Amino acid sequence: MKLLALDSSGLVASVAIVDDGITIAEYTVNYKKTHSQTLLPMLDEIKRMTELDLHTIDAIAIAAGPGSFTGLRIGAATAKGLGLALEIPIIPVPTVDSLAYNLYGSDKLICPLMDARRNQVYTGLYTFRSGKEGGTGFEMCVLQKQCVVDIAEIIQQINALGTEVIFLGDGVDAYRGKIAELVKGNYSFAPACCNRQRASCVAALGSVLYQNGVQETAREHAPEYLRLSQAERERAERKEESK
Amino acid sequence: MEKREDVRILAIESSCDETAASVVQNGRQVLSNIISSQIDLHTLYGGVVPEIASRKHIEKMNQVIEEALKEAGVTLEDITAIAVTYGPGLVGALLVGVSAAKAIAFATGKPLVGVHHIEGHISANYIENKQLEPPFACLVVSGGHTHLVMVKDYGEYEIIGCTRDDAAGEAFDKVARAIGLGYPGGPKIDRLSRDGNPDAVKFPRAKVDGSDYDFSFSGLKSAVLNYLNSCEMKGIPVNNADVAASFQKAVIDVLVEHSLHAVKEYGFEKFAIAGGVASNSSLRAAFETACKNQKIAFFHPSPIFCTDNAAMIGVAGYYEYIKGTRSGYDLNAIPNLRLGER
Repeated sequence: MKLLALDSSGLVASVAIVDDGITIAEYTVNYKKTHSQTLLPMLDEIKRMTELDLHTIDAIAIAAGPGSFTGLRIGAATAKGLGLALEIPIIPVPTVDSLAYNLYGSDKLICPLMDARRNQVYTGLYTFRSGKEGGTGFEMCVLQKQCVVDIAEIIQQINALGTEVIFLGDGVDAYRGKIAELVKGNYSFAPACCNRQRASCVAALGSVLYQNGVQETAREHAPEYLRLSQAERERAERKEESK
Repeated sequence: MEKREDVRILAIESSCDETAASVVQNGRQVLSNIISSQIDLHTLYGGVVPEIASRKHIEKMNQVIEEALKEAGVTLEDITAIAVTYGPGLVGALLVGVSAAKAIAFATGKPLVGVHHIEGHISANYIENKQLEPPFACLVVSGGHTHLVMVKDYGEYEIIGCTRDDAAGEAFDKVARAIGLGYPGGPKIDRLSRDGNPDAVKFPRAKVDGSDYDFSFSGLKSAVLNYLNSCEMKGIPVNNADVAASFQKAVIDVLVEHSLHAVKEYGFEKFAIAGGVASNSSLRAAFETACKNQKIAFFHPSPIFCTDNAAMIGVAGYYEYIKGTRSGYDLNAIPNLRLGER
């Protein structure tokens, strides 16, 4: 099975082609240009470099959110356009889950942090355990489903679990001080090879999800923002106040 | 002679609060024109909320494109090129259409043509007026734009005048809110004005110093608000229909005077209007009369082609396509794109 994977949920733009568990190509850029200028030219470069026939792609795995609203939509619209034209399904992969998948196999606590501004992070808590009933490989366990919370709140959860934790994601740079101040146990930061969004991770986790029946049509797909728009939030607050 | 092959453009538009797709054949034949309006959603907030608009575009985009292809009776294989609005407009909204269009062009290997939204509005006039060809003058009036444009040739424009502050449609929205009509203001004021006296209240006809063709509507908007305030202070009852009609006439008078002045000075024989406000019935009537008096041919699109739509982008995209305009896969949304720039 050949997957095209996209991640434009954060500062990183990443595109990969993964065929039956082998990464044929991956192109990741962490630069100030907008995803609108990078994502498709990167895929075009991969197509040329690997003489890729787009019609051999079986599905598109995408980091479906949370993340930057605009970034998510550039990815989603790209995936939807590709899906429409190639008549293939989309596999929506939770962004924070796919970030955690960078640390496949680790029995430590894994805490991806994506800066969500306003002192908040898109985050979750994960660890890997051996596969069930003598099966090979590891299974990713979700201890805290991806969510948007104050940085202090997720650290509180980590402290309550009391296990060693590995942080990764662009939120690490934004909240390094808070982490040093609040985390009670041992912690470390993932190194450059595996501390950001990577489309090959989206593809790897996407293929697991696909085997479990996760897929939708290109028409159906929309990002999972985990947050209302500001206008909707303020409207809800006004309604609440006037009650 | 060899028969020329049909050129079919799949066009996508998402610059504000309509998600739209269309298939246009050989520049002037609209095979389909699908518009998914979000107006009810934004009415709750008294205007377009960019983030909500962008979210809706994503949800509707493929459905709208699929319907446009289906209604046109074609598949992507029958399409010659993909055209898309890349500015001006709301950046987050534009990006949805631009990203989808680029992906479809990439996946099918078809050429991609970025289209200016205003160029689209102007080109809407070609759909129903098969005899209309440049050169002509065109007034583009909508919620976001008030431009007086020389259309020198297909794809060749020069802006003669524009608004210095509020767009005409914006003034309609603000005045409509002030007299309790709500959003969107244009059609509501148009309707209420039919019951009012356009000469009941004297509102100013603003001139812009040193420029015969520029517009200014913020002074007029303030004059209406001041009038409403002073009535309230003095306890005088306000006749909303009279206010609406008088305000509307003040806007139309200025639009007509400046436009016709430009048409005469530059020696045009043809004049057209375009944009959302161009479907205002009093505005059309006023231009109809003024052009007739001056023996100038007057053109306007049907209301369905005045509102934001993708058919107009398909028409503009066709003329850009045959001129050789092509966009790359790095095409970006440009929220303040100027007409005539690429």
